[in-house]
Amino acid sequence: MKTSNTQRKKIQEPISDRIFNVCNYIYLGLAFLVVAYPLIYIVSASFSDSSAVIRGEVWLFPVGFELKAYKAIFSNKMIMTGYWNSIVYTVLGTVLNLILTTLTAYPLARKKLYGRSVITWIFMFTMFFSGGLIPQYILMNNLHLLNTMWAVIVSGGISIYNMIVMRSFLQSSIPEDLYEAAYLDGCGDIRILWSMVLPLSKPILAVMVLYYAVWHWNDFFNALIYTSDPALSPLQLVLRELLVLNKIEGQLTESAATIASRVGMYELLRYAIIVVASVPVLCLYPFVQKHFVKGVMIGSVKG
Amino acid sequence: MKPKSSFQRFWINIKGSAQLYLLLLLPLAFIILFCYVPMYGATLAFKDFNPGVGILGSKWVGLKYFIKFFKSPSCWLIIKNTFILSILNLVLSLPFPIILAISLNECKNRHVNKVVQMVTYAPYFISTVIMVALLMQWSSINGGLFNNILGLFGVEPVNLFGDASYFRPTYIISNIWQFTGFNSIIYLAALSSVDISLYEAAKVDGASKLQKIWCIDLPSILPTIVILLILNAGQIMNVGFDKVYLMQNQMNVQVSEIISTYTYKIGLLNLDFSYSTAIGLFNSVVNVVLLFSVNMLSRKISENSLW
Repeated sequence: MKTSNTQRKKIQEPISDRIFNVCNYIYLGLAFLVVAYPLIYIVSASFSDSSAVIRGEVWLFPVGFELKAYKAIFSNKMIMTGYWNSIVYTVLGTVLNLILTTLTAYPLARKKLYGRSVITWIFMFTMFFSGGLIPQYILMNNLHLLNTMWAVIVSGGISIYNMIVMRSFLQSSIPEDLYEAAYLDGCGDIRILWSMVLPLSKPILAVMVLYYAVWHWNDFFNALIYTSDPALSPLQLVLRELLVLNKIEGQLTESAATIASRVGMYELLRYAIIVVASVPVLCLYPFVQKHFVKGVMIGSVKG
Repeated sequence: MKPKSSFQRFWINIKGSAQLYLLLLLPLAFIILFCYVPMYGATLAFKDFNPGVGILGSKWVGLKYFIKFFKSPSCWLIIKNTFILSILNLVLSLPFPIILAISLNECKNRHVNKVVQMVTYAPYFISTVIMVALLMQWSSINGGLFNNILGLFGVEPVNLFGDASYFRPTYIISNIWQFTGFNSIIYLAALSSVDISLYEAAKVDGASKLQKIWCIDLPSILPTIVILLILNAGQIMNVGFDKVYLMQNQMNVQVSEIISTYTYKIGLLNLDFSYSTAIGLFNSVVNVVLLFSVNMLSRKISENSLW
């Protein structure tokens, strides 16, 4: 029985479709390789012997396993300060984002809110039009927030796009009847938010935490503009100094110069720094991928 | 019972939403302070900034700074650079996520599907700083991956950051590499909501897979494509400051100087606040105009629009 079944299927599928399937797999395989190979290479290179990297001997796996680069990084004060600052900015920033986003998305999701469309437009308008860099800078200056960590945290306050995603979720997942039932039990709107809506919106809150946290971790623009004190630099700003502006040599290789040739160590350090900086986000990634995808899908319902 | 006056009805509505207004108080105060106050601050573009008296007290000078900008020799070069980079990026990176989404949708092997999705989304999480650092690293003359691979084919090593003509391709191709996977999610979502009976009908009619893609898949994701295009059109002049600024150097500045990097330099490095505000305001206005006109155009042509 079984064999005849499979035979039947094969007959049903025309040759053109089979060719298509093969091409499709080849295409997906190529896409996989093009993305995966450079990522694997970074990790391999960071663990390799420095001279092997320079001579171009590293292709897929580490050549001559070494941890020197990592030791140099973890004993570097500048990178560690940046790491700590990034954690602080990410945690505080995300908390502020969550509070503001929830406080906006929930009222705007309620049909009974009088003047809903006007208020929605007040928020939406900021998505399309902004005062620009200098007025924002002057404002921060007037508030005496320049060169404090609060400028960095506050300037990433609320993403209207994320707010709309959350609003769509609330609108589609909490039926109006539930609100009515809560009213009959004598529940006010604020109490409803706290005891009913928040527990029901855990999935979307998870999505929001992920979006905002990744954004804060990767952001360097706000810190670049609003802070000048190196002690306030988040990791990304430190990385810019080290990797893009090439100030790495004086900073890191002094102690390591005796071990490896300077250029070699320099190359290694760059790969190792990249790995160290991306680890928090990339480690989380397999666990949170589902949520990320969900968030995009909720957003697309609106679109 | 007496019919209620319109004022009474208005008052009842307001009272009914009182608690919701209370919740909105904090976020409203926040965006008024951090978004609308700077919008008022944009009037600085029409004033001579005097740090002693602030924006309010500065003297009005009319269009002085706009005229200065349009007369400056670099003005058109910067506008041109912004447009070219942005439009090339928009157009060239459009098909890749669509093709990937369709391809994933056609692949019935669940494991392959999952692995490819997982890997192609990953670069999205790499920060801009690291992305640019990687580009520099890979194109490095000694031991860079890119040049090693070129070497296999006997091609001389190239320095992607040493020549202006490499700037745009490097920028766009790396963007495609980084964002194709993530951007495909939204199309996958659209594809997953296609009515299955359409496929069954196509099967009965003996349609090949390519025909199904062309006649069912593409039309069903067209609204999504159009909406994303409109949203992106509103951002044309906002082409990412971060990446361009990080990739910029003396060798490629004639193609990599765009409006956002220019306003940053004029404003915060040269401290010419009014001039920088004027350029920034010009930029914002062009964005809004683009967004509205693309939206209108799309509503006329395809009946898809944002509002």
